Amino acid sequence: MLDLKHIPAGALLGLIITALFLFTAIFAPLLAPYGGGQIVGGVWEPMNAEHWLGTDNLGRDLLSRMIYGARITIFIAVLATALSFGMGAILGFTAAVVGGWFDTIMSRFVDLLMSIPTLIFGLVVLSVLPSTVVTLILVMGILDSTRVYRLSRAVAADINVMDFVEAAKLRGEGMGWIIFREILPNALSPLISELGLRFIYAVLFLSALSFLGLGVQPPSADWGGMVKENKEGIVFGISAALIPAAAIAALAISVNLVADWILNRTTSLKGGRG
Amino acid sequence: MGGSPILRMISQRIALGGGLLLAVSALIFAGTQILPGDVAQSILGQSATPESLANLREELGLNQPAIVRYFVWLGGVMTGDLGTALTTRQDIATTLLPRLWNTLFLAFWAAIVSVPLAILLGLLAVRYRNGPIDKAISGFALASTSLPEFFIGYLLIFFFAVKMQWFPSISTVYDGMPFLEKLRAIVLPATVLVLVVLAHMMRMTRAAILNVMQSAYIETAELKGLGALDIIRKHAFPNAIAPIVNVVMLNLAFLVVGVVVVEVIFVYPGMGQYLVDHVAKRDVPVVQAVGLIFAAVYISLNIIADIAAILANPRLRHPK
Repeated sequence: MLDLKHIPAGALLGLIITALFLFTAIFAPLLAPYGGGQIVGGVWEPMNAEHWLGTDNLGRDLLSRMIYGARITIFIAVLATALSFGMGAILGFTAAVVGGWFDTIMSRFVDLLMSIPTLIFGLVVLSVLPSTVVTLILVMGILDSTRVYRLSRAVAADINVMDFVEAAKLRGEGMGWIIFREILPNALSPLISELGLRFIYAVLFLSALSFLGLGVQPPSADWGGMVKENKEGIVFGISAALIPAAAIAALAISVNLVADWILNRTTSLKGGRG
Repeated sequence: MGGSPILRMISQRIALGGGLLLAVSALIFAGTQILPGDVAQSILGQSATPESLANLREELGLNQPAIVRYFVWLGGVMTGDLGTALTTRQDIATTLLPRLWNTLFLAFWAAIVSVPLAILLGLLAVRYRNGPIDKAISGFALASTSLPEFFIGYLLIFFFAVKMQWFPSISTVYDGMPFLEKLRAIVLPATVLVLVVLAHMMRMTRAAILNVMQSAYIETAELKGLGALDIIRKHAFPNAIAPIVNVVMLNLAFLVVGVVVVEVIFVYPGMGQYLVDHVAKRDVPVVQAVGLIFAAVYISLNIIADIAAILANPRLRHPK
């Protein structure tokens, strides 16, 4: 099914870089030359043979911190995306299949949530919640599930009226069967490229929160938090803060390239249905 | 008599927006009540003494049920009383107003630059569809939707404020500051905002015009032998105005939110920075007030987008 020769150059580059980031995140402790919180030199040392990316605002090795940061950033973003997808898709499918009051209440509530900018509502909620990784994942996942809900509901509403679903209903299958065995497999392809976009959004959202000081709390830091730690150096011409910021951008762009390619592939596979 | 159905639609839309805003106020209020414990505990932390807890509860009115507190708060908001900040003891409304103006000032200039630029680039992309200009524009769009604001922001500061020293790295503005100096102070933050919304706005403009370009009357114009620019100018653009206005308004709403991060990057004394500072300090009344204002601006721009779409649609202007 996957023909590597026909992957466009952009998507291939995206795949390779995404895979590299994932590899770094998984094997962080093996790859990092120093510990994430270990002070190994002076403050903001420039790049040199010993510290490839220099040191940060407290004299920690920037490369090691970037590697551990990759782990934290990707870990939180993956879990938040998984939560938003699981919740959004199941609720969206259920709303489409059940209809009636459940659909009405859920859909109006999602409309209401989406009428407040996500970042603003996230900040409102985080002003009373404890700043832990679990809270972050829950807040990001739940707020983002509104978008997945809308898409899944729309896709499932299309599938729900097809003959094979009618047949399944007539032979008396339960709701779980209809949702997971009939609708889910047929709704997968439009949802998968959305998965990439939601992941990018989760990375950017997490980075923004940490940059504002409301995400991952020190001493551990994701890339957004590292930008915050090193931002004071910018005015002295020290570029340490730009490195984690560029890493966020590189991750987002490469996942975007892959998602774009999958989107184009699936729309062409769908043929006339557009 | 063309006006009446339009007026009816517009007033319906505004009423709907009002209702939505009311619901949003309830949601924002509820958002600060979702803890199993109470707000006082989370503000003061684990080490709080029972006395200070009781005092804070008294002050926040936590001894009353949430629904009563909501209506007291809502009544205050309606009469322009946003309450008092817990941390500074200052009246929120008087602190907020100059900051709101600063935020709108920044957003206004970002909009003035980005809107015409986005429409122009969108038109160019359609004119030279699938050519190098179109490719470059969509490549730029892909990059700019993936770049975090602070990456663009610090990159600009690094090169234009620190290396070249053309602009200040911290965008201080104050009352009575000369207008031109104020403009110079916001060049960099406004540029970040422009770059952030430009791509999206441009892409949607391109899509809106392309959509129109596929209609039968465009084909007729082509067959008449009109040049591509003439077709876009005379036939496509007027019909694409409604979706474009819609796109512009949606992106302005987006811009108002993007302001939060940009203000923190440039230490700009606006509403976004005020919000972020007080989220960290767990100053709930301030967070509720600023959150509500952000949501109100966002919803208003969305309503204006709808109204503009209604007004720009000739079929609705001239009902049968």
